[in-house]
Amino acid sequence: MDLSTKYMGLKLKNPLVPSASPLSKSVDMVKRLEESGASAVVVYSLFEEQITHEAGELDHYMSYGTESFAEALSYFPEAKEFNLGPDEYLRHLNNLKSAVDIPVIGSLNGVSAGGWLKYAKLIEEAGADALELNVYYIPANIEKDGTIIEEIYVRDLIKIKKNLKIPVAMKLSPYFSSMPNMAKKLDDAGADALVLFNRFYQPDIDLADLEVVPNLELSSSFEMRLPLRWIAILYGRIKANLAASTGIHTHEDVIKMLMAGADITCLCSELLGNGINRISEILKDLEKWMEEREYESVEQMKGSMSQKSVADPAAFERANYMKALNNYKLLI
Amino acid sequence: MAARKKVTIDGNEAAAYVAHQVNEVMTIYPITPSSPMGEFSDAWSAVGKKNIWGTVPIVYEMQSEGGAAGAVHGALQAGSLTTTFTASQGLLLMIPNMYKIAGELTPTVFHVTARSLAAQALSIYGDHGDVMATRQTGFALLCSNSVQEVMDFALISQKATLESRIPFLHFFDGFRTSHEVIKIEQLTVEDLKAMIDDKYVKEHRSRAMSPDNPFIRGTAQNPDVYFQGRETVNNFYTACPEIAQKAMDKFFEITGRRYNLFDYYGAPDAERIIILMGSGAETSEETIDFMTQNSGEKVGMIKVRLFRPFSVEHFVNAIPKTVKSIAVLDRTKEPGSIGEPLYQDVITALNEKCPLDKMPKIIGGRFGLSSKEFTPGMVKAVFDELKKDNPKNHFTVGINDDVSHTSLDFDANFSTDIEGMFSALFFGLGADGTVGANKNSIKIIGEETDNYAQGFFVYDSKKSGSTTVSHLRFGKKPIKSTYLIQKADFVACHQFSMMEKIDVLKSVKDGGVFLLNSPYTVDDTIKNLPGRVVKQIKDKKLSFYVIDGYNVAKETGMGSRVNTIMQTCFFAISGVLPKDEAIARIKDSIKKTYGMKGDEIVKKNYNAVDKTLENLHKIELAELKGKGVELPPVVSDKAPDYVKVTLARIMEGLGDDVPVSQMPVDGTFPSATARWEKRNIALEVPEWDPEVCIQCGKCAIICPHATIRIKAYDEKALKNAPAAFKHIKAKGKEFEANTEYSIQVAVEDCTGCGLCVEICPAKNKKEVKRKALNMVPQIPIREQERTNWEYFLEIPEFDRAKANVTTVKGSQFLQPLFEFSGACSGCGETPYVKLVSQLFGDRAVIANATGCSSIYGGNLPTTPWAKNKEGRGPAWSNSLFEDNAEFGLGMRLSIDKHSEYAKELLARLAPQVGEQIVNDILNASQSDEAGIYEQRERVKLLKDKLKKIDSNEAEDLLSIADYLVKKSVWIMGGDGWAYDIGYGGLDHVLASGKNVNILVLDTEVYSNTGGQMSKSTMLGAVAKFAASGKPVGKKDLGMLALNYGHVYVAKVAMGANDTQTLRAFLEAESYDGPSIIIAYSHCIAHGINMQKALEDQKAAVDSAHWILFRYDPRNVQQGKNPLKLDSGAPKIKFEDYAYMENRYKMLTKSDPKHAANLMKLAQEFINEKWAIYDKLAKDDKTSTEKN
Repeated sequence: MDLSTKYMGLKLKNPLVPSASPLSKSVDMVKRLEESGASAVVVYSLFEEQITHEAGELDHYMSYGTESFAEALSYFPEAKEFNLGPDEYLRHLNNLKSAVDIPVIGSLNGVSAGGWLKYAKLIEEAGADALELNVYYIPANIEKDGTIIEEIYVRDLIKIKKNLKIPVAMKLSPYFSSMPNMAKKLDDAGADALVLFNRFYQPDIDLADLEVVPNLELSSSFEMRLPLRWIAILYGRIKANLAASTGIHTHEDVIKMLMAGADITCLCSELLGNGINRISEILKDLEKWMEEREYESVEQMKGSMSQKSVADPAAFERANYMKALNNYKLLI
Repeated sequence: MAARKKVTIDGNEAAAYVAHQVNEVMTIYPITPSSPMGEFSDAWSAVGKKNIWGTVPIVYEMQSEGGAAGAVHGALQAGSLTTTFTASQGLLLMIPNMYKIAGELTPTVFHVTARSLAAQALSIYGDHGDVMATRQTGFALLCSNSVQEVMDFALISQKATLESRIPFLHFFDGFRTSHEVIKIEQLTVEDLKAMIDDKYVKEHRSRAMSPDNPFIRGTAQNPDVYFQGRETVNNFYTACPEIAQKAMDKFFEITGRRYNLFDYYGAPDAERIIILMGSGAETSEETIDFMTQNSGEKVGMIKVRLFRPFSVEHFVNAIPKTVKSIAVLDRTKEPGSIGEPLYQDVITALNEKCPLDKMPKIIGGRFGLSSKEFTPGMVKAVFDELKKDNPKNHFTVGINDDVSHTSLDFDANFSTDIEGMFSALFFGLGADGTVGANKNSIKIIGEETDNYAQGFFVYDSKKSGSTTVSHLRFGKKPIKSTYLIQKADFVACHQFSMMEKIDVLKSVKDGGVFLLNSPYTVDDTIKNLPGRVVKQIKDKKLSFYVIDGYNVAKETGMGSRVNTIMQTCFFAISGVLPKDEAIARIKDSIKKTYGMKGDEIVKKNYNAVDKTLENLHKIELAELKGKGVELPPVVSDKAPDYVKVTLARIMEGLGDDVPVSQMPVDGTFPSATARWEKRNIALEVPEWDPEVCIQCGKCAIICPHATIRIKAYDEKALKNAPAAFKHIKAKGKEFEANTEYSIQVAVEDCTGCGLCVEICPAKNKKEVKRKALNMVPQIPIREQERTNWEYFLEIPEFDRAKANVTTVKGSQFLQPLFEFSGACSGCGETPYVKLVSQLFGDRAVIANATGCSSIYGGNLPTTPWAKNKEGRGPAWSNSLFEDNAEFGLGMRLSIDKHSEYAKELLARLAPQVGEQIVNDILNASQSDEAGIYEQRERVKLLKDKLKKIDSNEAEDLLSIADYLVKKSVWIMGGDGWAYDIGYGGLDHVLASGKNVNILVLDTEVYSNTGGQMSKSTMLGAVAKFAASGKPVGKKDLGMLALNYGHVYVAKVAMGANDTQTLRAFLEAESYDGPSIIIAYSHCIAHGINMQKALEDQKAAVDSAHWILFRYDPRNVQQGKNPLKLDSGAPKIKFEDYAYMENRYKMLTKSDPKHAANLMKLAQEFINEKWAIYDKLAKDDKTSTEKN
């Protein structure tokens, strides 16, 4: 049974890759991920805010109220040096590289064209095998046209690719007017992989305090349908690899994604909710399923049910919508 | 030998630089202005900086200066080279140990920033009062006059003490020298090694206590031998001056800088000389140069270096043979003496051994107390006085003494006009980074060019909206001007509104440069300039530049800090350096300063520099067409005369002109004067929306400055209300139908902290971001709200007897008698202080420990402690830092005695005043406001009766009859006092069983002196002297007090539970015994967003770091558990609270592993504490008692 897969030129022993999450914050935890069978790890994201704001915040609080009152010209001892967001992250990445054998993928999360992009290079220098670029952008500006937003993605990617030797994956939002066209633009700009999709945490309203509050809900298998469709549509049409992200909880979810055309499947909610051992359980179930159905390898399954490969390609498009609605009506 | 570096540092750093390298142990306690010496040493040891023997000195913070001196004594006895740093009251607390250390001939050097002693008032500024109080201890006293000398003498004294065995007190002027930043030559490690002879170090060690060579030291002696024992040291004292001189000679060989025990300076054939010590000698030197070179006057001076042991021989040899008259200047005051110490010594020395043919005329005088300016004009006045046939003896110089007429007249315009010296004055706000930028400019010029540079910084005493004035001098020659700039080439005003309060252009030279940071466009700037400023710019033909620095700061992400921007302007237009070179150096310096904090900060600052140059405009004189805006008077015409005549001058920055006659003889000032100081420091203030308001009172209880007030009143009071005055029907069954309700903000006194808006629970149903209070710009509503505020004050206060003070809502109808203090914007302490003033202020006597609360409570010019319409209010006093609990207990004893005696007299006078009233008074219940009101009415009646009785007893009773009304004694202060320096006294007062109320304003750190660790500091928090995070848990003061059983104890956090806080205050006061309330006080020293501080308070409680409880001994009598927990088990992890604050978070950035480890320990500490409290609260008290 060959579970191996290729992702951005990296040879991975299986398609299960834990995505960026707090699980990768400690070296011990990443070791456990590796022991459980993870074929690579995407390290938690270095956020643009961490780079730009953390330093500012520290500077603000170290200097706030200083040089104002004769008896208290400062309030804190001066430290010799500070490990600000990027330094701490890069050191951690470096430690991970020496602690585990699986590929370590760095992750950079931001949106502006600011100085944070240079940290891609530093992530490479810290030893990352690849970089996942997560352009987390909520287009709230009513004046901003969709093409400008698309350009942000392409602009950031081109800038980064120019300076990096390691492969770069783009993690995308599902909200483009033309997903395939956007994928093509990024493919043309040199993306080594597309990660579909970023799962935005949606805010909630606290009725007691009348406040908007962040609300982290773990995903369910149902949510995998969205990436499933687009992976199936994109498979075979772009050069970049495809990583399935969001809603992958079981071996069946993994299989479906692979069949749609994913090169790897990224796990997050399942591991946070049910533990790191789920990787080995899913792997076991995957093998069992493949054995029962006499599949020889992951490669064999890959894209076998993509839009290009299925008998009814329209099933991934509008026709399928009509069918689904009709079925729904029948049920009620 | 390595070349010596030129550095620009202050006196504190200079002393610490040497002390840290020639000692092994340093035990210290923070006190202004010496604190930075300990902090520098601690920081160096924290990063592993070694002394000249290759080992890192131990720096240890003690609980008081008494403790520090005791630890020094112990460390010396055990053989280490040991030092300490201190000043003022701290030095006084060391005196007992100084006798011991000297009596045992133990070498050590104490480095002292000489500071005034608290007499009629506390002062943090410099004079020699403290040092002179130690001149009898047996310590040698060596004085440095400048920062260079501080570094040099720190080393010379170390050598001399080791070789002479006489302990040395090395002192220099507090602030003037300790805080003056100036370019000096730094001694090298080789210099230090060359001076210290290890032979003497080993001898010191050989005299140490050791069980391997046992002896006893510190015996008790009887009349037979004590006297003889005391005389054994004479030879050591005789030898000491020569040893010190030899140390100076050796130093000269090494460095080329020549010092003598007494240095003469001036004309070789001088006829008139002055003798003095300290920084004033530098100014004197500059003046003597001017007088001898410009007018050939035969003047000179003797700088006294080694004041004790006083070497008559060396002294008389320093006096030129031509001298005819001498003025001895002492920077201290000894009331009742024949003259001050140096004067007396000079007289005695010359009496013993006069080197002159004829005894000169000798006069003595005082100068420079509490850093009072000592200028060339004053020096000249002293020399001029010596010319007279009958010069004034026991004179003062620098003040106008119109009472005892001691003062000499001086020419305030006299100037030494040093050629090539460039002087610049900067007026800024504390918050805008002006001082930091100027310190940086001095470094740039001092360390990277061949110019000399000097900086001195003047701060006001407010902790919010404080102003700073930076005095910078640059030049090709060494700078000796140890006085503020009198004539400036360049003046910058970094805050437009400062021009309205201060005459910023008073000192600018004709043709000088004026730089203004203006929030307006160029045209509007011209329109809004004060008339005084317009006239000065035109009359003096100034080059006038304007920049909207705030806008540049905003655009470049610098927030409100205009430091880099204004520094760039200074370099661009002042001409002190070529512009391009200066800009390059600023950028280089930015890289050095901020590099550690991240590239983004560096880039932001670079960008600000570039944008500044684009936005700097020159305004030509011809453009100044109008007359400018007329300025309002400093205080309202309605203010009392004393405020208008005296305090207003201090507010205006003209306090130096206040004559002696206008100062109180005993330090007594009127209450309620802060209300006249309209500071207008808030950019935004809260605005009330009556329709949304639920009338809960939370905004008023949390307001740190009592600027948000609530009244409920009869609608008739609205008869003449201004049109914009807001009101609404009062909500609640307790009000009659015609009751109106108003919340009024004193916008001119508000600091704009926003806490009221944060706590406000009422949200607009249409638009939830709007609350019942919303921040709005202050300027547009200033006039309107001033009128409304004045009207509001005229509305009658709510009847105290009718207020339901057990609710937050009801309590806030009580008038605050603590208002508009200078505390930090958003202060966490003052809401508690204000609450005391509301609940009990009209019968409160307050003992206040030195610290933040004594500064915002009692620093001139004005006082926030107020009084009500009946003329009653808190009687407040500050004694010291260490004795506050005892001070308050003394008040209680005195009040109790008065009350007891009044009752005795009352009983004796019953036949005359009537049995009924006597019984009513003696048996009155004064347990609530109504009862107190009735008792006051009875006492009023009694006094009327007494006035008609002609007897000594009646007169006696009249003088103390007010003590028949219950008085409430409050003892308040911070954690530095309660946990550390004052704990012994506090413990004793708790044990006394007396009816006092102790309020601990617990910020968990020394806030007033700048963030040093106290025993209240929590495990894991970073503080000065705990740079790696405090390794042990917070002292549980509540538990210690609770163990007595008879003490009422409460732990409160108003931001987390205001009702519990209120109950605790009421219960504590009602308890007839000692009560202690430990109040969580968020603080600027926590590194938090002060506007969101209430979230920190909630998190502190939710994590169980701050367990809310009340322990009421009265419950035991009712068979109940006296301990009631008012907060629950931990809801969040300690780190979820801690990492909201920089004091904890910064360690995760400097040492993440250690931070994580400490956080784990802190969580365990909290869990254990919680388990103990939980168990105690659940214990069945009755069953425990039965057992």
